[in-house]
Amino acid sequence: MRSPAETRRQRWAIAAVAAAVLVLSFVLKSAYYELILTQVLLWAVLSLGWNVLCGYGGYSSFGHAVFWGLGAYTVALAMIDLDLTPWVSIPCCAIVGAAAGALIGFPTFRLRGHYFGLAMLAYPLAFLYVFQWLGYQELALPMRRDAPVLYMQFEDPRVYVVLALGLMVVALAISLWVENSRFGMALTAIKQNEPAAEAAGINTWKWKMLALMLSGAMSAVAGGLYVVVLLVLTPDTVFGILASAQALILALFGGVGSLWGPVIGAMVLVPLAEGLNAELGNVLPGIQGVVYGVAIIVIILAAPEGVYWRVLDRLGRNKRPASPAAAPRAPVVPLPHPRAAAHGDLLVLKNIGISFGGLRALDEVELAVPEGGLYGIIGPNGAGKTTLFNVVNGFLAPGSGTIEFAGASIAGLRPSLVCRRGIGRTFQVVRAFARMTVLENVIVGAYVGARDDPAARNMALAALDRVGLSDRADAIAGGLTTRELRLMELARALAPQPRLMLLDETLAGLSHDDLDGILGVIRQIRADGTTVLIIEHTMQAMVNLVDHFTVLDHGRLIAEGNPNDVVRDPRVIEAYLGKKWVERVAATAN
Amino acid sequence: MSFSLVDFLQALSAGILVGSAYALMCVGLGIIFGSMRVINFAQGDFLMLGMYAAFYLTTGYGVLAFMGPYAGPIAGAFLAGPIVFAIGWLVHRFIVSRVTGAGAEASAGSGAYGQILVTLGLSLILQNGGLIVFGSTPTAIRTPLSHSSWEIGEILLNRARCVSFVVAVIVAGVVYLFLGHTRRGKGLRAAADNPQAAIYMGIDVDRAHRLAWSLGVGITAVAGGLIASNQSFQPYTGFDFVIVMYAGVVLGGLGSILGAFWGGLLIGIVQQMSTLVFPYQLQNTCIFVVFLLIIFFRPQGMFGRLSERT
Repeated sequence: MRSPAETRRQRWAIAAVAAAVLVLSFVLKSAYYELILTQVLLWAVLSLGWNVLCGYGGYSSFGHAVFWGLGAYTVALAMIDLDLTPWVSIPCCAIVGAAAGALIGFPTFRLRGHYFGLAMLAYPLAFLYVFQWLGYQELALPMRRDAPVLYMQFEDPRVYVVLALGLMVVALAISLWVENSRFGMALTAIKQNEPAAEAAGINTWKWKMLALMLSGAMSAVAGGLYVVVLLVLTPDTVFGILASAQALILALFGGVGSLWGPVIGAMVLVPLAEGLNAELGNVLPGIQGVVYGVAIIVIILAAPEGVYWRVLDRLGRNKRPASPAAAPRAPVVPLPHPRAAAHGDLLVLKNIGISFGGLRALDEVELAVPEGGLYGIIGPNGAGKTTLFNVVNGFLAPGSGTIEFAGASIAGLRPSLVCRRGIGRTFQVVRAFARMTVLENVIVGAYVGARDDPAARNMALAALDRVGLSDRADAIAGGLTTRELRLMELARALAPQPRLMLLDETLAGLSHDDLDGILGVIRQIRADGTTVLIIEHTMQAMVNLVDHFTVLDHGRLIAEGNPNDVVRDPRVIEAYLGKKWVERVAATAN
Repeated sequence: MSFSLVDFLQALSAGILVGSAYALMCVGLGIIFGSMRVINFAQGDFLMLGMYAAFYLTTGYGVLAFMGPYAGPIAGAFLAGPIVFAIGWLVHRFIVSRVTGAGAEASAGSGAYGQILVTLGLSLILQNGGLIVFGSTPTAIRTPLSHSSWEIGEILLNRARCVSFVVAVIVAGVVYLFLGHTRRGKGLRAAADNPQAAIYMGIDVDRAHRLAWSLGVGITAVAGGLIASNQSFQPYTGFDFVIVMYAGVVLGGLGSILGAFWGGLLIGIVQQMSTLVFPYQLQNTCIFVVFLLIIFFRPQGMFGRLSERT
């Protein structure tokens, strides 16, 4: 997220680029150069659309031509069959693109990573053959010399430059808005760690769908204007793999996930390809493709993150804005619902069961955690502890049984909704948003409970204060120590002020000194009124920390009660602890 | 939707014969995608190189003319393998290895983009370089087998396709034995399963990847050489097969060589059988639809497995 001053600078930069393009369009003397300039701008818009989903959200699409092509065919067919002017049909492309995005996203977002990208590759190619089969091999827009302005058929090519420029400015403004809003923060969190984003209360499905719809709308509008400029279209030129590839090549070349990357890519590569084609196309057909390919490979080997980021690094301007921790600190927000201890059971699990294939991971598990309690779950590896958490916070739907939280059933809710109900969680292996600062990580968690952005920021600062990590607020999460990461994850879960915290092996991998600090934090969290349920291996620390133990083994509940009694239970010793623990616990008790 | 039993069997047999070549190219891609987790957009263009290699060995320069019109094209298809293997080795050594492998894993996320761009760049160079070198006129390897068929009852079996079926099965079998029963093959599979662990076990992952890449494009090139004897081609042909290959590999299950073979075969059958019901022009659309259905309903494929932990 940018500071307001930075945002103002970006707005000026957009205005400056727009002015420069306008000047350029008046300097250029030939219609041919104007045409290339128009294409640069339109491809930049397509690439900016791609960048919204793929750059910010991290879902690479190899098939953005599907939106580009649908936009182009919408405008062409509307004009040919319905005699509809592009002035009306081009805005309609936004609706077509968004609708296509929704229809495509609905099934495709079940997939991640390479599978998502490959599935996206198939859509435009499927459309390509369908449009060929429908007999739209080559469409030409009818010339309307009677009313050229009404049908966007201008004598002066500079008008097209202005139209395309307007579109690009709008696309840049949208991108800037995305970057600076909760939308962009959600997408960045999804890109860096999707399960953590979901568990932190971000409805990942909703944001991904919105990103794809916005991305599709931007791309389709650009495609619509493209056909007005070129006047002819074939399925190959708009749905072909080159159009899809262009969208990502421009963005990756310029700098993926940046506002200016797609624009830089378009300004360098589109004229390069066109120029080579014009100069050498007759002598050596295909030479532009070869040079284009070589240019791409050289750039990637020299600056794999793209031109924009590389230049930024070189200029040394990639510094973080002034330290937010130094800004006046908000007072710690009072808890919204003051809770007295022992108000009945906050979380009640009844008869929970779940199977993976033939493996019965949880079987008839019953658990009741009273409000204000600090409960522990122990059990050997593979006992089903983390699975139990996954069922409670919604990563897994239970095969049988009921989960009640604060009197209402939460079984089968998405993790983000569970989080909204007031259950925070941490992970066995810390899931940080590695390229965000500590503060940003915690802000993502705070959004759930915050009315607006400043409130989220205050809540995040308060949470960092509670875990004692305020001095590291501006550090990049990727560089933290294990202890700091654990504390940061605690703060992230704590920020929206949940009623229940699920801590998954928060003490694992810590040294003895670090352990005491974190135990203190956990005790304080409980003392402040939050109920805590913790999974752990580290027996010694646990016996002194919690007031109630539940022991799982092979998915079954084998014992529960007072920690000191539980660790003496012969069934527990047999399942998990071994004899020496009895002696040790006895020794500490004396 | 009315067709006779003969039509059905005819389409099925054509599907199996065409599918065998698809199966072989899927094995090639499967080795690369499975072991390096790289989406290689240039795979189809290496297939195209295989087609031209076989073409120049048999028809063009007639190096293999002495072998006669029957054995020549088969030998040409076989030899396309080592030629493209060598090209692939160089391409990996000087370009691909710099964005993949153990070194690139550190920069996860941005690394994947680099790989995609590099293979797209390679694809552009190969296609358009092919246009300059080979010209844009569609060509084909004409053998007496291409236009003759065996008849079993009322079903016609194209002889060139029958021969390519046999060759494809043999090559795929040899590859399968190589991966399963040799030291290098096992090292390659280990590097595919867990690169980090393989490094600790003393396996040179970069070299294993180079072998996987070269072998992968080489095998796909043999499939290209086989297809070249019953279908015309030009420098842009490669891309038509990219989706076929990915569909086959994903259908079979990522990382499973055997799965890639069956996946490719099934894609061939789907393609040919679709013409029974849908117009001829939509046969590729049918492949895409099948591809999407697989990805949605069984992303782990027939032989693959998915594992994700929180």
